[in-house]
Amino acid sequence: MISRRDFLQAAAAASAIIGGSAAGGWGRLMAAQSLTQDQLLEFETTGNVTLIHVTDIHAQLKPIWFREPEINIGVGEAAGQPPHVTGADFLRLFGFRPGTPEAYAFTYLDFVALARSYGRMGGLDRVATVVNAIRADRPDALLLDGGDTWQGSYTANATRGQDMVNVMNALRPDAMTSHWEFTYGVDRVNEIVETLDFPFLGANIFDAEWEEPAYEPYRIFERGGVRIAVIGQAFPYLPVANPRWMFPNLSFGVREERMREVVAQVREEEGADLVVLLSHNGFDVDRKMAARVPGIDVILTGHTHDALPEPLVVGKTLLLASGSNGKFVARLDLDVRDGALRGWRHKLIPVFSDVIAPDPEVAALIEAERAPFKAQLEEVLGTTESLLYRRGNFNGSWDDLICNALIEEREADIALSPGFRWGPSLLPGEPITREDLFNATAMTYPAAYRTEMTGEQLKAVLEDVADNLFNPDPYYQQGGDMVRVGGMGYAIDPNAPMGRRISSMTLLRDGSPIDPQRSYVVAGWASVNEGTEGPAIWDVVESFVKRKGVVRIDPNATVRVAGR
Amino acid sequence: MKLNRRDALQLAAAGAALAALPAGALRAAEHADVEAAIAAFAGGAPVKEGGVEVEAPEIAENGNTVPISVAAEGAEAILILAAGNPNPDVATFHFGKLAVPAASTRIRLAGTQDVIAVAKFADGSFGRAARTVKVTIGGCGG
Repeated sequence: MISRRDFLQAAAAASAIIGGSAAGGWGRLMAAQSLTQDQLLEFETTGNVTLIHVTDIHAQLKPIWFREPEINIGVGEAAGQPPHVTGADFLRLFGFRPGTPEAYAFTYLDFVALARSYGRMGGLDRVATVVNAIRADRPDALLLDGGDTWQGSYTANATRGQDMVNVMNALRPDAMTSHWEFTYGVDRVNEIVETLDFPFLGANIFDAEWEEPAYEPYRIFERGGVRIAVIGQAFPYLPVANPRWMFPNLSFGVREERMREVVAQVREEEGADLVVLLSHNGFDVDRKMAARVPGIDVILTGHTHDALPEPLVVGKTLLLASGSNGKFVARLDLDVRDGALRGWRHKLIPVFSDVIAPDPEVAALIEAERAPFKAQLEEVLGTTESLLYRRGNFNGSWDDLICNALIEEREADIALSPGFRWGPSLLPGEPITREDLFNATAMTYPAAYRTEMTGEQLKAVLEDVADNLFNPDPYYQQGGDMVRVGGMGYAIDPNAPMGRRISSMTLLRDGSPIDPQRSYVVAGWASVNEGTEGPAIWDVVESFVKRKGVVRIDPNATVRVAGR
Repeated sequence: MKLNRRDALQLAAAGAALAALPAGALRAAEHADVEAAIAAFAGGAPVKEGGVEVEAPEIAENGNTVPISVAAEGAEAILILAAGNPNPDVATFHFGKLAVPAASTRIRLAGTQDVIAVAKFADGSFGRAARTVKVTIGGCGG
């Protein structure tokens, strides 16, 4: 692991840029219960351009709990590098102390106790307040949305993203890019895009048949006398990680060569002074792209849900990781003169929902969007005795609950739950409402399948997903976590080559080794195959939770990770 | 115990395709075929690394039709091989003197493998390059 000093020195040495970050300081104040909105928003306005970045909101209109991961392993050149630094190592790297609001916002440490002290985070009405305050400083600040905005809640599912579109429109974004948006189907995306007052960017989205650009690749903005090119990059592996049949005529991909061409085009033909990449690549993919594609000043990263209190500098490129679920709003002030970036100041503003006042107009809009569904949202299905969370490379208690439900309700030997990174947390003792359940499951291909697979096929699935996560070349990574497994334990060596990472597969019911030739009954959900049949996952889990009344998830020790 | 036959078939098909992927022994046997095809194309002349570009997706969106492009400044012909296919031979493009020595096509890939391009230049020299294309079932993007 690198030390904070190395991190900062690397950042300083990498360019002549003078900059500063304003992450520290609010810890002790909050502990003294004297933290104010003004202090959270405090910022020394710098230069002539301001970017505001939000990403991966996953339809979370209201404040949420969101526990950051304990295990987030980096491989290859990313090993031990941010964002693959968690818990106490994270605190040491950035100079934060345990028990502070920073520890609560950025790590999993003492999560339950700190959550009770510091409250929920996010809420788009609070995000609106932050955005408006920044605009009060700099009226022409650009608000850029990194995508995964329209999916992830009961109301988003019920309105096919319309609730999020309506509320985000009230925040007046200047551009967005995309990923889960396309799981409403390409026709729905196009229907919404036609109504937007801002561009829906994706330089890497092509017509699959003719290999022609399918969406606007970039938009040029004039701000503070600066020509700013904002290039969009959608999630590269939509047709692989999500159902291709929902957008059959589109092709995506990393397309590094295309990015090189678009950067050259905006620099040379459009005369851009500043090039900003609004990306849904995932952090490690962006780190590699920054090192290989010259001419990008700022990458606003997304997809992998990382939150870093300071930008990472690669060559001359600043990489921001602005968190997820509305927990943070990033502000980046830039000093651009004579066609070059001369300086910057950054702050990842934590949206403490009890400190930042909701914007009344947006709060009213959110309530109006939710009102038609109030009864369904509020129905209590049961109670959780345990912390329910999702993030982590190998498991999370939300998915343990889902896997337990799949095994019991679907009478399966083994359950599989995809390694999604969206889905907020619930504290021990809290009721599980239907809204909470949908926050962990709401999407457009929820069928809970039930099938038979041989031990050999199960091994192949685990190896395949492990390589999507741990391939040492980031361009081959898809950015999710490991598929969550119920009813079966295994060992994994993330640094082994494809086909040799997984071993010791064991049927937990009787402790027997998984037999490659034997068939096992497997239940799962979110298959990317068209025509998958089964009840919706939320119905399976609802029935399980209602039957149990109180759910309890024991610590999961079924995945043994080499070197840990 | 009710089994959904359609799901079972789909998952089994995906599983079966996957099971064929990391077959190292198979690849070694095919490796000899590929090197033989390159030697035949080069007429036994040495083939250096580089001088030709292969563009292909890192991960195939659909293994049945993977778009690939090749280009080589000054090439008379470019041979394309899919090293892991049962029949590795994909295509050979010949370029006239006035043609731009670049070509695009779509190929079917049986699994994760290298796509290899070998260019023949006017001076009788040869160059080669490869790109790994991964074929995966996917399904778990964040």
